[in-house]
Amino acid sequence: MIETHELTRHFKDVQAVRGINLTVKPGELVALLGPNGAGKSTTLRMLTTLIPPTSGTARVAGHDVVRGQREVRHRIGYIGQGNGAAHSQRGRDELISQGRAYGMKVADARRRAAELIDSLDLGEVADRTVSTLSGGQRRRLDIAMGLIHAPALLFLDEPSTGLDPQNRANLQRHIVELRERHGTTIMLTTHYLDEADAMAERVIVIDHGRIIADDTPARLKNEHVGDRIILGFEHETDAAAAASRVPHKSHRYGTELTITVPGAPRLVTGLLDDLRATGLSPADVEVKRATLDDVFLELTGRSLREGGAAQPTLVEV
Amino acid sequence: MTNLVTDTGVVFSRELRPVLRNPFTVVFSMVQPLIFLGLFAPLLPDELSLQWFVPGIVVMSCLFGTSMTGSNLLFEIQTGSHERMLVTPLRRPALLIGRALKEIVPVVVQAAVIVAICLPFGFELHLGGALLGLVILSVFCLGLGSLSYTLALAAKNQEWLFWTVQQTLLFPLLLLAGMLLPIEAGPGWPQALAKWNPLTYVVDAERALFNGDVWASTTVTGAIAAAVVGAGGLLVGTRAMQRST
Repeated sequence: MIETHELTRHFKDVQAVRGINLTVKPGELVALLGPNGAGKSTTLRMLTTLIPPTSGTARVAGHDVVRGQREVRHRIGYIGQGNGAAHSQRGRDELISQGRAYGMKVADARRRAAELIDSLDLGEVADRTVSTLSGGQRRRLDIAMGLIHAPALLFLDEPSTGLDPQNRANLQRHIVELRERHGTTIMLTTHYLDEADAMAERVIVIDHGRIIADDTPARLKNEHVGDRIILGFEHETDAAAAASRVPHKSHRYGTELTITVPGAPRLVTGLLDDLRATGLSPADVEVKRATLDDVFLELTGRSLREGGAAQPTLVEV
Repeated sequence: MTNLVTDTGVVFSRELRPVLRNPFTVVFSMVQPLIFLGLFAPLLPDELSLQWFVPGIVVMSCLFGTSMTGSNLLFEIQTGSHERMLVTPLRRPALLIGRALKEIVPVVVQAAVIVAICLPFGFELHLGGALLGLVILSVFCLGLGSLSYTLALAAKNQEWLFWTVQQTLLFPLLLLAGMLLPIEAGPGWPQALAKWNPLTYVVDAERALFNGDVWASTTVTGAIAAAVVGAGGLLVGTRAMQRST
């Protein structure tokens, strides 16, 4: 569905995207994860024909993004960071004109608009001016706009930015359903870790315009971080004794012993039983599952959460 | 199958939709010309009749509305719907031409409103000439609207830039076209500048045409000036739209 070769984009002297090689198969749901300024949106804008690459190539839905621009546009749906529907228009009008923009007949566009209004729960607001809609309603309308021509490939740029947790969950449900029902290939960018974790089977971590990791969320976490069991002892000697008995990678700091092991929640009770059998009983126990933020921290030395965000571009320039 | 004409039709009807939904906005945007009509016309010296003044106000109404129209695009650039349109298969020139063509609608409606208001005060309507005048004015507005959209595309997120340029150009153009007061009454330099202002020829043509003087030479010069602005505006605007990202 998507195939890029050394896809690169420079803005004046900023290297926003530097040589991305990427293959996405039909039916995949892929999240591009990275801090602001990492190059996610620039990558998406090249794949959706909004900006031409400085160098490298990309084939999207079977066509080159530069030479086959119109063919690509016909075959993809795009939901950008802003509102697709103009604030001065009515939702239904925008949906119909969006359908017409893709070459649909008025009657077909009208029917399809009604379908989407129904399935995205926009019935009560579709005939109101867009500016009077709430953020969540507008976002659902944007999704409907992107789906009007039932594209086989859908791009979403930061789809849930600015939404409250309930609307975010709602939106994620719609996206997952869309894929289950129609087998739509979906690529989205996000800087919400839980979102990438919850929705995508494949997470591509981007930093400084390069892909630094590409795998399922579970494997990324296991390979780069792993789960941790943290045991707190009364005495350092107990902690040291426990360290020598535990059959996993561990690290002791004072009275605290951190054990890194995949599947920690399942192993923790057995591990504690073994330790108690030798008379070592920790005063407190904590199990930490790896998060994608841990992965990012491990890979880059920066946290996504701290908004290690604006820095990269500044450092790079 | 789609082509440039059908694409333009899609953009045109999308642009027109909010106007049809809320026709009062067309009248609302002509508040300023109406103020000039109501407060300036009574101050005119005796030798300048309503017959002379009204065509100028019709052009002014077109000038105000159409030069501001880029702000709609500017807003759509800022909210994201312009970007959404850019990803559709609509041909880039259609995105501009469809929008610019829509400007003709308010121009015609506003002219009709102004004339209707002035009829009871003794304004004499020569329908044939007035209609030809509107054709010329429409071509001019097509170009002016395109230029306004070009300005919006260039200003992108700097709204102040759009308004600064628009306001800076608006009044010199208007005054140097003899829209409110005859330029011939002034000193030589404004007259010299007016010769280079295409709007001057459009205003002169409208004055003659609204008085039924269809065969005046100003009709030809006005039509040429409007065609130059129309074609030039479309050319510049289409190029700007093709570069829009």
